[in-house]
Amino acid sequence: MKLKGIRVPHKKHTAASAPQRIPVPKLVTIPMSMHIGRPAKPIVKRGDLVKVGQLIAEADGYISAPVHASVSGKVQKIDEMVTAMGAKVQVVVIESDGMQEISEEVKPPEVSDLTSFVEAVKSSGSVGLGGAGFPTFVKFSFNNDLSVVDAVVINAAECEPYITSDTRTLLDRADDVFAGIELLKKYLHVPRYVIGIEDNKPDAIAKARALAAKTEGVEVQVLPAMYPQGGEKVLVYNTLGRLIPQGGLPLDVGVVVINVTTLAFIAKYIETGMPLVEKCLTVDGSAVKEPKNVIAPIGTPIADVLESAGGCKSEPAKVLYGGPMMGIAVPDLSAPVLKNTNAIVVMDEAEARPPKTTPCINCGACLTNCPLRLDPRAIAKAYKKNEPEELKALCVDLCMECGCCSYVCPAKRHLVQTNKLAKAVVRSYDAAQKAKKEGTK
Amino acid sequence: MNKLIATASPHFHRPRTTRSIMLDVIIALIPAVIASVIFFGLRSLLVLVDCVAVCVFSEWGFEKICKKENTIGDLSAVVTGVILALNLPVDVPLWQATLGAVIAIVVIKQLFGGIGQNFANPAATARIVLMTAFSGTMTSWAVPQAFNFLPDATTGATPLALMTKGDLTHLPSYLDMFLGNTGGCLGETSVLALVLGGLYLLFRGVITWHIPVSFIGTVALMSLVCGQDVLAQVLSGGLMIGAFFMATDYSSSPATKWGKIIYGVGCGLITILIRFWGNFPEGVSFALLIMSILTPYIEKLTRSKPLVGEVDES
Repeated sequence: MKLKGIRVPHKKHTAASAPQRIPVPKLVTIPMSMHIGRPAKPIVKRGDLVKVGQLIAEADGYISAPVHASVSGKVQKIDEMVTAMGAKVQVVVIESDGMQEISEEVKPPEVSDLTSFVEAVKSSGSVGLGGAGFPTFVKFSFNNDLSVVDAVVINAAECEPYITSDTRTLLDRADDVFAGIELLKKYLHVPRYVIGIEDNKPDAIAKARALAAKTEGVEVQVLPAMYPQGGEKVLVYNTLGRLIPQGGLPLDVGVVVINVTTLAFIAKYIETGMPLVEKCLTVDGSAVKEPKNVIAPIGTPIADVLESAGGCKSEPAKVLYGGPMMGIAVPDLSAPVLKNTNAIVVMDEAEARPPKTTPCINCGACLTNCPLRLDPRAIAKAYKKNEPEELKALCVDLCMECGCCSYVCPAKRHLVQTNKLAKAVVRSYDAAQKAKKEGTK
Repeated sequence: MNKLIATASPHFHRPRTTRSIMLDVIIALIPAVIASVIFFGLRSLLVLVDCVAVCVFSEWGFEKICKKENTIGDLSAVVTGVILALNLPVDVPLWQATLGAVIAIVVIKQLFGGIGQNFANPAATARIVLMTAFSGTMTSWAVPQAFNFLPDATTGATPLALMTKGDLTHLPSYLDMFLGNTGGCLGETSVLALVLGGLYLLFRGVITWHIPVSFIGTVALMSLVCGQDVLAQVLSGGLMIGAFFMATDYSSSPATKWGKIIYGVGCGLITILIRFWGNFPEGVSFALLIMSILTPYIEKLTRSKPLVGEVDES
């Protein structure tokens, strides 16, 4: 049995567009938090000269990631900005000298065992490039107990509309992907590798299959193009038949899930030592003149990316980091390209106009289309009545926020948003319960 | 620089809206409307226009008085009007049809909170009210005169009434019952037209097979068990319009798959109980009303278990 999904328009217009590097931007704004976990701590100051690949901020604490300069030039200022998520974050603004001189720090890391491999991945600044932004090294850190993992799932599903940057990774950098698999084989000793990919990418499938045939332990699993096929929980279930438990991680069922572009990056880093300083991204959407894939330094303002990608044919009304299903709308075009940005979708007025919300008609489309079989209709009711116990009974914390419920709702109700709010209600309720319990002890 | 729209994801939505669903239901009801004109003449259009106009007007008026947002644009009042009209005999006095429409929209739909909030099907419940209040006019069945658009007023019995009386010699042929050439409410007699509409709704994904199949299947099976004429039971009365168009009403039926099946089976059983042992020849409307009262409980019982996986409690 497979977990359900929904059919969304694919719009993979850019699948045949090999990414081109954009001209070096004049200014890059590099946030210290482009990952899940503690923000990195800047180690450069105003006026410092930096080169490409140079460490400009250190990881702070365990779950964090270092940040590197993406252009060569002068640090203009250490500033603060408000992210698209609404959080305040420190940024390093670098004025580029256009030379793209490579830092002396960039040299292949010495890797001989699991510990040094994990250390290398950590210092590469790698985070989940599929969009989640979870520091990659954490996925490989299982206290040297290699017996807990018996399979690696390589996520090439790319189920979001418009985005083709992972497809391009398989088409243009398949050798890096398979070099990455060899590295995992060598240091993690995992015997089984599954590349999960949706059936709407025939060229990428052919390429992956050709290389998999020559590599031991690698299988390519072609999955129906149903959103959210690339959701971690959905992918692990649909490829291996294993269900990640509530509140658990893939590790709980013996699996490491890694995005295909992240894996290719790690292989390249081990080979060259160039940390995560640029990103391949799809530029598409109804307002984009020439949809294409580009490679942009991290921190490039979206406006620069759009301009060098051929500009817009109509006034942008909404601009997204990522795809239309889970992407985040940016406040303005000065927002920078982040480590985990895999697409910039620019919508014109007609595509961006939010639909009118009408009363729930109880059609049940939300619950029959939830991949995890939640009941968003009941969750919305319990949320409105502020019933945390009922919300817990409805397992709202299971929600992966894929947005299928909101997508299918004929009344255009904000179901996934309500789920997110309900999760916060449960979290604060649990925290209060815990505090109460500890107080009585 | 223009201000960008910043709303939460998802930024794509399926084109289907409440209005487009209701439009699909209206399209699916067109064959039944045509059949009603063919068999019962032009007066059926008069009843239809009356019911639709009064339903829409009552919704608009109620919302105006209560200072609620106007929702007639979602077309659900039109659907209620059409279904109510199809549930009335052709010679129903217009003031009774008007009263039925007001009851359906104001009492059953709006007083409970409007679209999606009504616990019972407005058209079915309005029909019950009219049947109990005006049992004379509500059970006076014109004899169908196919393609005579201004028929003379002769009345006869419905197939179900004949079967209840045990008068099988006057029972119309299966073909007549399938086409709709029998006595009965405007839109309930033509099985052909209703099944065409029902198949359209299934094809468009507006309804699923669960309720119609379990409802009609239960009626067929129980007729067989009770030694009745299975085909005549299935083809007669309000079963088809009930199973495809009224039992599938979203707000008064369960949204879960197994809930729908239980609901359909329950409707079938109650229909059979009333048809074979009750005072009325027909029981579909009562079955719908009783089962919609049970809907919240059925839903609770059949709610699918979220995919939590093996959670380690330790």
